[in-house]
Amino acid sequence: MSRPASPRILIVIPCYNEEASIRSVVAEVMLARQQTGLAIDALVVNDCSTDGTLACLQTLPECQYLNLPVNLGIGGAMQAGYRYAVRHNYDIAVQLDGDGQHPAEELPKLLAPVLANEADVVIGSRFLEKAGFQSTAVRRLGIGYFRRLNRWLIGQTVFDSTSGFRAFNRRTLAIVDKYYPDEYPEPEAIVQFGLHQLRIREVPVQMRERQGGVSSINTGRAFYYMLKVTLGILFVYIRLRGRRNRLLTAG
Amino acid sequence: MESIPLTIQVISILGALLFMLTIFRLIIRGKLREEYSIIWIVCTFILILFSVWRRGLEQVSALLGVFYPPSLIFLGALSAMLVFLVHLSVVISRLQNQIKDMTHELAYLRQDIELLKAQQRRNERDPSLPTEPIA
Repeated sequence: MSRPASPRILIVIPCYNEEASIRSVVAEVMLARQQTGLAIDALVVNDCSTDGTLACLQTLPECQYLNLPVNLGIGGAMQAGYRYAVRHNYDIAVQLDGDGQHPAEELPKLLAPVLANEADVVIGSRFLEKAGFQSTAVRRLGIGYFRRLNRWLIGQTVFDSTSGFRAFNRRTLAIVDKYYPDEYPEPEAIVQFGLHQLRIREVPVQMRERQGGVSSINTGRAFYYMLKVTLGILFVYIRLRGRRNRLLTAG
Repeated sequence: MESIPLTIQVISILGALLFMLTIFRLIIRGKLREEYSIIWIVCTFILILFSVWRRGLEQVSALLGVFYPPSLIFLGALSAMLVFLVHLSVVISRLQNQIKDMTHELAYLRQDIELLKAQQRRNERDPSLPTEPIA
């Protein structure tokens, strides 16, 4: 490490059957490291892929990887990465999806508020400046619903609540080390962060359409997704609000 | 409906005993943990009690003000199953969390082993290299 004083950043790249795109995603992150001069490490979390993802990772000497022995889903895979960041004493962890939707050249924008200690959680949003891949109309409808639900519960407006392109600082990492939602974690985690009084910031980024592989959410699962996430949000709200009130009355 | 006919009484006693035998066999073979078997043993005793005590169901029903005694059976059985199913869901949720934590540990260990192996290979090629501690 050339500059030991600069904060150590871990880019966590969750992937499940992404052999088509993972190599270019890692290459982009490495390019971003060179261009920004930040102490960036890449950690790919292979969520028990059934294709050649693992073999592909073994040929990439510049990136570390975790190889999960059973499939945990995105939430469990990301928590593996966040726990790794806590154990290895990283200052910042960023989620960057293995399907190539999140361009690594946007990393400086995402990292800036955390590096300046202006925010604990930074979320890359597609909708602040309507540029780049905007997702489908039906999905935007669902995202709008989560935006209103989150605003109602925690009083903060997050426009792109399902965006997985996020940067966490140490304070946030300590929280997700203990609990991170399992399935479809993104909207639920926002409520969790809001109730922990974390400073959430959204920055505009451009996203691309996935470069390969298939989405984990198909039309048949959309209804289940909405129900599961709504329940998750409501219960995490009730649980954490109860805890906060108890702390307030005790202290 | 004075009391239960003798044939059905014999059948229910045999059935309950057979059920209890199955539960015991499962515990002895280590296929069922004791903490989950308690409820089944209690259930079996209740079954045997009511098979032997011929007028029991009617008397208990009369005591509780239930007009149609068999409906008491359904009420009891359904409530017991419901409680036990919720208990099982809690157990499964806990197991799922434990599996997730162990999966994480296993992944970290796998990575450590890979690092150690790579280090060993380097050392075999060039024994003069110092060994690096693993973070």
